[in-house]
Amino acid sequence: MNALVLAATEEQNPLVPPGPEFVVGLLAFAVVFFFLAKKLLPAINKVLDERREAIEGGIEKADAAQTEAQSVLEQYKAQLAEARHEAARLRQEALEQGTVLKEELRAEGQRQREEIIAAGHAQIEADRKQAAQSLRQDVGKLATDLAGKLVGESLEDHARQSRTIDRFLSELEEKAEAAR
Amino acid sequence: MSAEKTTLAFDWSCRILADNGCGFPAPGLHSFLFKPMFTVGGYEFNKPMLLALISTVLVVGFFWAAFSKPKLVPGKLQMIGEAGYDFVRRGIVYETLGKRDGEKYVPLMVSLFFFIWIMNIWSVIPLMQFPVSSVIAFPAALALIVYLLWMSLTFRTHGFVGGLKNVTGYDKSLGAVLPLVMVIEFFSNVLVRPFTHMVRLFANMFAGHLLLVMFTVSSWYLLNSWMVPAAGVSFVMTIVMIVFELFVQLVQAYVFVLLACTYIQGALAKHH
Repeated sequence: MNALVLAATEEQNPLVPPGPEFVVGLLAFAVVFFFLAKKLLPAINKVLDERREAIEGGIEKADAAQTEAQSVLEQYKAQLAEARHEAARLRQEALEQGTVLKEELRAEGQRQREEIIAAGHAQIEADRKQAAQSLRQDVGKLATDLAGKLVGESLEDHARQSRTIDRFLSELEEKAEAAR
Repeated sequence: MSAEKTTLAFDWSCRILADNGCGFPAPGLHSFLFKPMFTVGGYEFNKPMLLALISTVLVVGFFWAAFSKPKLVPGKLQMIGEAGYDFVRRGIVYETLGKRDGEKYVPLMVSLFFFIWIMNIWSVIPLMQFPVSSVIAFPAALALIVYLLWMSLTFRTHGFVGGLKNVTGYDKSLGAVLPLVMVIEFFSNVLVRPFTHMVRLFANMFAGHLLLVMFTVSSWYLLNSWMVPAAGVSFVMTIVMIVFELFVQLVQAYVFVLLACTYIQGALAKHH
């Protein structure tokens, strides 16, 4: 056995490719290459491309969503600003209306006050006239009584009485007018 | 069947201090010889051939399982396959050739990488324990494919004269030394390159296998009397070398494919 192996070793050069192994190697590799190049790698490439597209599509979708969100945000901001503006406007308007109302109320108050004062004055005037009227009668009566007592005769003659009294009172009034 | 058996089969009884007249059955070229398993039309079919064919089945089988019904959301196997595919595609082909030029050569490079890697890995698979690429015929076949591809690309891209200029490093500015440079470049590119391309892979696997057989055989050989601790050291070395070989197997597959890409890139490059 040893001799046989030695003999084989002597004629063996590790750098000279043995033919059959060479052919088997070529064939074995050719089969690998055939399956990978023709079927398996194209299949996986297709899926890898699809996956990349799916990912890129996803990114695009995300971009679109972000753009939309941005526009919605701006819209909201614009609406908010508009609302604030509107509120300010309303407040201003209310303020103005309030001022006008206050003014009106004040005018109304003034008017009512004046009415009341005027009514008061009229009342006072009426009362004064009535008082003056009754005073005139009373003074006439008193004066007549007094004069009657003084002259010892009854001055009950109505005509004379009223004439005298009227004259007296007119004089009084004239004096008062002149004094004023 | 395994490499160890072919070697150890010479003399199982050979042990240190056994005093039965036989020395250390050192591994050698005979470790790479196999009794033919059967003969087809005068041609012998042996273990490396069988392993090469199993490599084919494994590579195709794996990628078939991973890629034949690919899904947008990958399963575990597809994910692993994609990682390997991407490693070669991006890490080697796109890096050297660029995406535009390289795309065409991706299938070839992926096939080369995984086929070579599996052929190398047999080195440490129990019961098989023989790197197919340590039989030079296999690296030679693959190197030849690459060689034919890059030579044909050279002449197809640049025409006959341009192709010659490309492989001889023609550069007018070199002046008087140009003829010398052209001879050296021609020799180095056209003749030496394919040779080193195949020998680099072959020799690494060859040496790795020798080392593994060496430590494995001596672990057995030393396992006698007071030399047992030495056998232990040898066994530990076997484990260490297996780990190291796993690394070398991957690196050699990577280097082979990287060089193939570099050659093709040289063939496609616009010359100055």
